[in-house]
Formats: sequence, structure tokens, C-alpha cells
Amino acid sequence: MYNFTYHRPRTLAEVAQLLSANEDAKLLAGGQTFIPTLKQRLAQPSDLVDLSGIAELKGIREEGGGLTIGATTTHAEVAGSELVRRLLPALADLAESIGDPQVRNLGTLGGSISNNDPAADYPAGLVGLGATVRTSKREIGAEDFFTGMFETALEEDEIVTAVHFPKPEKAAYAKFPNPASRYAIVGVFVARTGGGVRVAVTGAAPCVFRATELENALAADFSPAALDGVSVPADGLNEDIHASAEYRAHLVKVMAKRAVAAAG
Amino acid sequence: MVEKGIGAAVPRKEDHRFITGRGRYTDDINLPGQTHAVFVRSPHAHARIRSIAKEGALAVPGVIAVFTGADAQADGLGGLICGWMVKSKDGSDMKAAPHPVLAVDRVRYVGDPVAVVIAETLQQARDGAEALEIDYEELPAVAAVDAAHDGPLVHDEVPNNLIYDWELGDAAAVDEAFARAARVVTQEHIQNRLVPNALEPRAAIGVYDTGTEEFTLYLTSQNPHVHRLVMSAFVAVAPEHKLRVVAPDVGGGFGSKIFIYNEECVVTWASRKIGGRPVKWREERSEAFLCDAHGRDHVTKAELALDEDGNFLALRVTTKANLGAYMSTFSSAVPTYLYATLLAGQYKTPAIHANVKAYYTNTTPVDAYRGAGRPEASFLLETLIDKAARELGMDPAELRRKNFIPKDAFPYQTPVALTYDTGDYEATLDRALELADYEGFPARKAEAAKRGKLRGIGLSCYIEACGIAPSQVAISLGAGVGLWESARIRCTHTGKVQVLTGAHSHGQGHETTFSQLVAERLGVPYEDVEVIHGDTASTPIGMGTYGSRSLAVGGEAIMKACDKIIAKGAKIAAHLLEASEADIEFEAGVYRVKGTDKQKTIQEVIFTAYVPASYPEGVEPGMDESAFFDPPNFTYPAGTYVCEVEVDPDTGTVAIEKFVAVDDFGRVINPMVVEGQVHGGLAQGIGQALLEGAVYDETGQLLTGSYMDYCMPRADDLPSFEVHTSPGTPTATNSMGVKGCGEAGAIGAPAAVINALTDAIGQRVEMPATPERIWRAVRASAMPQAAE
Repeated sequence: MYNFTYHRPRTLAEVAQLLSANEDAKLLAGGQTFIPTLKQRLAQPSDLVDLSGIAELKGIREEGGGLTIGATTTHAEVAGSELVRRLLPALADLAESIGDPQVRNLGTLGGSISNNDPAADYPAGLVGLGATVRTSKREIGAEDFFTGMFETALEEDEIVTAVHFPKPEKAAYAKFPNPASRYAIVGVFVARTGGGVRVAVTGAAPCVFRATELENALAADFSPAALDGVSVPADGLNEDIHASAEYRAHLVKVMAKRAVAAAG
Repeated sequence: MVEKGIGAAVPRKEDHRFITGRGRYTDDINLPGQTHAVFVRSPHAHARIRSIAKEGALAVPGVIAVFTGADAQADGLGGLICGWMVKSKDGSDMKAAPHPVLAVDRVRYVGDPVAVVIAETLQQARDGAEALEIDYEELPAVAAVDAAHDGPLVHDEVPNNLIYDWELGDAAAVDEAFARAARVVTQEHIQNRLVPNALEPRAAIGVYDTGTEEFTLYLTSQNPHVHRLVMSAFVAVAPEHKLRVVAPDVGGGFGSKIFIYNEECVVTWASRKIGGRPVKWREERSEAFLCDAHGRDHVTKAELALDEDGNFLALRVTTKANLGAYMSTFSSAVPTYLYATLLAGQYKTPAIHANVKAYYTNTTPVDAYRGAGRPEASFLLETLIDKAARELGMDPAELRRKNFIPKDAFPYQTPVALTYDTGDYEATLDRALELADYEGFPARKAEAAKRGKLRGIGLSCYIEACGIAPSQVAISLGAGVGLWESARIRCTHTGKVQVLTGAHSHGQGHETTFSQLVAERLGVPYEDVEVIHGDTASTPIGMGTYGSRSLAVGGEAIMKACDKIIAKGAKIAAHLLEASEADIEFEAGVYRVKGTDKQKTIQEVIFTAYVPASYPEGVEPGMDESAFFDPPNFTYPAGTYVCEVEVDPDTGTVAIEKFVAVDDFGRVINPMVVEGQVHGGLAQGIGQALLEGAVYDETGQLLTGSYMDYCMPRADDLPSFEVHTSPGTPTATNSMGVKGCGEAGAIGAPAAVINALTDAIGQRVEMPATPERIWRAVRASAMPQAAE
């Protein structure tokens, strides 16, 4: 780790001030990716702006029949929330499946989606549910928010403040974890909403995407059997020592069927 | 039985300090004036070092010194050695290339240490390491053992990268048997390369005392005396009597802390170079992946010849072993004397021949890892026999039973040099089959099929050899040291007993088990015994702990020293009791005049030895005895493991539903410690079978360099084990009848898991049997079935 100046502001206004005053400042949420990166000396920020002291970024509340979750809410808080469990149990399940207890106790929703790791779980949940990302500047639809591998629509001085999730009719998340890291090799979030069926896939490609072949099949018949004849193309999917593109394509379908079955 | 003596499941006395965070590991030690070392390592698998510019690093605030290979050479430091001379079949010596403590001119694997930066703080040492400028010219590299023969030369003086071309057994007899065989079963397989991953990373603190000119090295070592010997006799860091090596609490080794590595030599030497300030180094986990010696990494072809009734006629094995970029301390012995000698397994195969070619590659050195050679042999044999059973249409258990060495055939001379002393292989097989409900398996398979799951069952009847022995034979086969063990029993005025052992505990529970031995033999309370190990300044010279030798060899040395104490005590007791020594009997800590109620406790006798108010003539005062034990033979633990798995054909995921282990360890001292050892070994064996595998790319970069990509077994990957240690056949190789239990799980488990998986899906997949490999195999097996 290199030396840096540590700040723990109380308001978003202070954050904005710190970011504009320090060009090489970086934001710290749960730090589950960033702290290891710092420890390995792979990043050298001048200033570290810790968001954990900002009250307005925390919390889970019901809004418009759906849920609004503050950016620095931890995975454990989402997984353990009675409200999430009641309104959006698939999201609680997703949060509960992230990492291990240490990661869930520190890692945050805002940190996870701002990092946009291609194998992270939350991007599938946001895209699958058609969520809206609220930032210090605007609102961004989930599909527009995740733009590429470790890339988002966020501008340099823009901070995620909350995510709003509409309530689906039914939804579930099914993940095939990497045996080593337990990140998703493939994670599929399936939701049936008033606007149609959404199938969002994480882990399989450089960025979360919607599996339109599967969505179309499920729109006609929301059942696992509806996916039997459908195949997911392997083109453009990730290929590494853990899984080939072909295997990932196969797993997308298997996980989608399991998610549909779990959604009931 | 003495309370807390042999056979008692005494909770481990060391656990209190470990569980409460009071253990004292090398990294917990901080010495006044301590400096910090960071090693600068090669980022290339193979490169020429064009130049090293120290100026930038030396200008970093806090940096005290930078040393390179040239500095070490100029100061007369020697290189690291491989301590076991293996000769090729043409009689020539193995080709051990130089292994400098810091690379000179060439780097040969990613992680090869090139320089050390020493600074006031760890952060400053890291800053200095970043500022060190090294100009490399990259060279072509070879990583896979299959590509080594025709690959770029790792060491210019070793043609074809071939270290040795060794053989064991009677080739002509094997050829003759194959010529008349009714059936030949052939298998080619890979022994996956493993990263040892001890919980505690390696660490070292070197200190030079400018007043006494003595060096002290605190170190994560399984064998501090062996470290001292090699560092003085070969690396020339210090004369042996001026070097003290202390291995305090050590958090696991699995072989990886046997070896004498570059870093401990460098920090010890460097302390003198910087005027005697202590130099501390502790590796990062990512360094451990690159620099702790790896295990296994073979490519093997095995052929089994059988007659028409399924009797084994002969076994022919050819293996290529990857030893990495340099020959580590015991590397040469692992794929030879610890591997091919075990190829008889539990079977009376009359003719066996093995040819092993060992190669250099541009990868991390490979050496002993839990089991060391024996897991490779056991896997080969047990998967090959399963293949034979499938081809013959025989039950795998019955094919094994048919070929077992019968229990009345011991001692049994195998065709590959070993003499098994005791065993009853049918007994362990029968017990395991019964506990696993082998008979009931078809019903469980049918039930699983209804749920869409593929269920399989697999056996592994392993054998191993513990406690390499005797020294004379080992030395005649190339060992550079004797393989005896030592002990000293020091009694105190108040009747307490200190046991000083040359063995070293790094998770084995010696402090408990050895105390039980002494409590049993001397009849003193278990609580009155203290075990001291790990410091060359206080313990007798010993060979350390590896190869499941501590109890069978080190324990027997303790027993011999206890017997000397008892014998001396008998003279004192006879004097005190005014009886003839011949009339004194000793039992459970009490000397008694036979047939009378006249007695003295051992504590009274010990007190008299130190306060000799009335004392026998010609007997020295004191109660302090030493013993060495050089065993006449290995011990041969053996057993049967039965694994039952269920495969999800949609994803290739495998779940271990049941695992039964029946081990013959001879007599068991502490059943709880033994059970723990078996659990750990099984976890590592299952890890090798399903999860763990070091992967290099073609350029020699380690792709599995962290836990993000290298899969260690977690609790939820493992079933609840059923572990049993009876029936046992005590060995006569030591007075306790013990055989050793540290490695059995890692030796026997991989074949049991893979055989179960093969039974489930219809074809064997290479280890680690990852979900994708299994999924592909299931798909391949399903296709012809679909056509039927």
C-alpha cells in the first residue's frame, strides 16, 4: 500500500468538495476490491474518501411498491432485511449468495455496481429487475449504467447514492459459482414483471447482458420446460481456465431454468 | 492403563495457546533494531539478467542495503543443494545444476529471487524493491514436463533438461509376463501439480551477534537441525556450531517447510553484512504460490498384465516427473524411492518395472508434498485396477481381493525393493465395505437416477511407507543423511519430565502424543511431562518431521531414553530399598521389591538422583538420558477408502455423499489426534482429486497464483468422514507397534474419489475433476447411449 490522505466526510457536499480539490482522490465504500488492490500496490490514490460516514447513503426503504436501497448498504444488511425478504426475496437471496460473511459484512451495493466486476452478482439483479441507479447527479436505468468490463456510465465526480428496484411479479437468481473464488462463473437473474420477462446474465460475458432468446421463450411460457429447445450462443462469452465459452453458454440455460423453477 | 497414556483420546495440550491466540510464530517475533527484507523476483519464466542498477533503490529513504547474486558469490556463499543422489540407469549421476541463493546472470522461473532490499520498515523495503532496476532479456521457456525433452534448455549444461533416467525392477521379467498375458490394461494419466498452501506463510529472521560471532535464525522449518546442517556445510552461511536455528510454533508444512530455501540463507547472511541488525522476511501469500516448492506433476503411462482369471502378472510404468527450475532439497527422491518402490501396493504382482525420467522446466521447484511419491503410486495402481475390473467385467473389490498379499505371507518381499512387515488387507477391505454398505449401493444408485443424478462408488486400497529406514540402506541409495531420530529425557528434582526431541511439531500434536508416551512408559502424570522441540540450541540433533516419521522413529527414540531412565532408577531404588537390583520390578511409576510391599516411586528415585544423601556406589548423579533410534525398516500403514459421489449431469458438479476410511496404523497412541490427521489428509486428497491444480501457461506464467484461481477445499466441499483405525496389525519395527498416520488420507483419497466418479459417469477424467471436465465426460458418455 502506498501512502494516501484519508478522509471521512459526513455529507455528499463534502465529498464533492474533496473530489474536486484532489484530482487523484478515490472513493472507498466497502473496499472489498479496492483494499486488496491498494495492498498489492496496484493503485496509488492521493486521497481516500471513505463514504461510510454519510448517513444519507445508508438504509433500505419501501418506495412506490418497490425498494430503494442506499449505496452503502451492505450485502449482509440486504440479505438480513425483513423488508427485502418480504418485497423482493430474490434480491435478499442474491445478496446472501455473495462472497463469504466477511465480504457481506463490509461489501456494499453501491461499491459493487460502481466496480462492475464482470462476475459480480448485483449487476444481474439490477438488470434483471429493471432497476434505476440514482446518483449525485441523475437517474440511470440499469442497462445504461453497466457499460462494459469494470466500466459504468458514472462520470469522474459522480457518486451512486441509491438503487430503486421495482417489485416484480416473480423473480429468482441462480448462480454457478467458480469453485475457487466463488464469484459467478454464470449467474442468471430471471424476473417476470408487468413489462415482460427479463433474464439478466452475469459472469458469462465481459459485462452483464440480457439473454433475449431466453426472454422470448419465457414470455410465451414462464416455465423451465419452455427453455428446453432454446440454445444460448457462445459467441463473445468469457473463456478462461475455469470454464470455456461453450460451457458458460450451456450453464446460462441451466441456471435460467433453475431460476425459473425457483421463481415458481 | 495409565490415565492419559497410550490409547487415550487426550485433547491436545497445544490447542489452548493456539485457540486463544497465544501461539508464537516466526512473524510474532520482533527483535530490537530489526530491519525488513523484501526479495525482488523474476517476473519472467526464463531470462538473462543484463544488468542490475542498485542506485535508485539505495536512494529510497530507509533503505539500508541491496544485495544481489554477485554480492553473495563474492562473499563466498555457496548454493542450495539436493540432498539425495539418484543415479540414471546407465550409472551416471543425476545432473544437479547450480542453485544460487540469489540468481546470477539467469532467472529460471517466475519468482526466482534476484536481489534482496533491506530497509528500516517493510514499506520502505517495498519502495526500494520497486526502485531497483533490472534489465532482462527474455528467453524461450518450457513449463510442461511433456515439452521438456525438446524444449529450451533451463540449464545449458543439462541436455534435454533430463536430470536422470532412472529405473527400478526387473524389465526382462516384466516383458516376459506381458508376452504371455491374457489381457493388458493400459492407462495414461496426469498427476496434477499442487501448491502446498500451509496456513502460515514462510518467514525468517536472521540475526548476527557481532560480539559472539554467532548467528541465530528464527524460521518456519519442519527440521531445524537439517536447516543448520545444509546452511553451514553447503551454503556456508556460518560454521555449524555458530549457527542456531529456532523453529518456534509453525502453522503447517505438508512438506513445504522441509526444504532449505534461498530466503533464510540470505537474511542470515545479510544480518552480518549490515552489522548485526536482525533482518526479517515474511512472504506474502502470492509469493508462497510462486516460491514454496510445489508437489506432484507427473505424466505417466501404466500397463497391467493379467492372466485369464484376473491375476496380476506384471506392471510396467513409465513416468515423466517435473522437478521445476532447480532441484529442491529432496526432490530427486520423491518420484523414485518414494514412488516406484510403492508400486506393488497391497498386491502380489510378481514382476514390476518402472522407468522415471525427471526434467527441469521453467517452473517453481517441485518437491515432497504430503504423501510425496506415494499418492502418485497409489493413484496409478488403484485407478488402473479399476480400469482392469471394468474391462474384465469384475467387481473392483473382488479383483483386489483376488490379488491381495495374503495375511499369512508377511514379511513379504515386493519386486520393488521393500519388505512389508505386517498387514491384513482383506480385513480392512471387508470392514470398509461393510461400513460403506457396498452391498446396498445399487439401490442408492437407482434412487439417485430417479432424481436425475449419477451416483458412483469407488475404492482405494492404498499402502504407504513411513519413516524412511534404515539409514544404511537409504544412504546406499543416495541419501545424504542418516534418517534416525533422537530424544533426551531430562528429569527435574521435583520429578517432572522434560522431553527434548529432534522431531518438530507443526500441527501434528507432538506435545500431546509424546507426553502420553512418556506418561505410559515412566508412569508419571501426563501433566508432569513437557515436550521441547524446534531449537537447535536445546534439542539433540535430529532429522525433523516429514514422511509420517515422528512417532514411529522419534517416538521410539523417546521410549529408548525412557528405558535408560528406568534402568538407572532401578539401581537407585535397589540401593534405597536395600535389595538386589535383580529383585526390583518397575510398573506404573513404582519400583518394588518383588513379592514385598517395599517400594519407591519414580519421583522419589529421581529426587535421590539429584540429592544423593544415600546413593549406590559407581552410579552418576542426575536423571538425564539420551537415545537415538535408527529403525530397521519402514512401517507400512495401509487401508481401504470407499467414496460415494453423486454427479449433477446438467452442470458436472460432484458431491461426495459418503466417505469411509479404514486405516491400519498399527497401534494408536491418541485416537483423536489420529482422526484429525486423517481428516486433514482426506481433505487434501479430495482437494487434489476435485479442486486443486496449479496451471502454467506456455510462457511459464503461473495462472493459478491466488485463491481466486487456485481452489482450496472448503468445509462445504467435504462430507462428514467416517474414520476407523481398526482392525490394526501392530508393526514390530518399533516397540510401540505404531506405523504413522500423517499422510494416509492424502495418499489414499484421490483414487477413491476418481474411481467413484468414473463409476458414476462411465469414464475417468483427469484431476482435478472440475465441473467442466465432468460435464464434457458426461456428454461424451451420453451420446452413444442416446444412439442405442
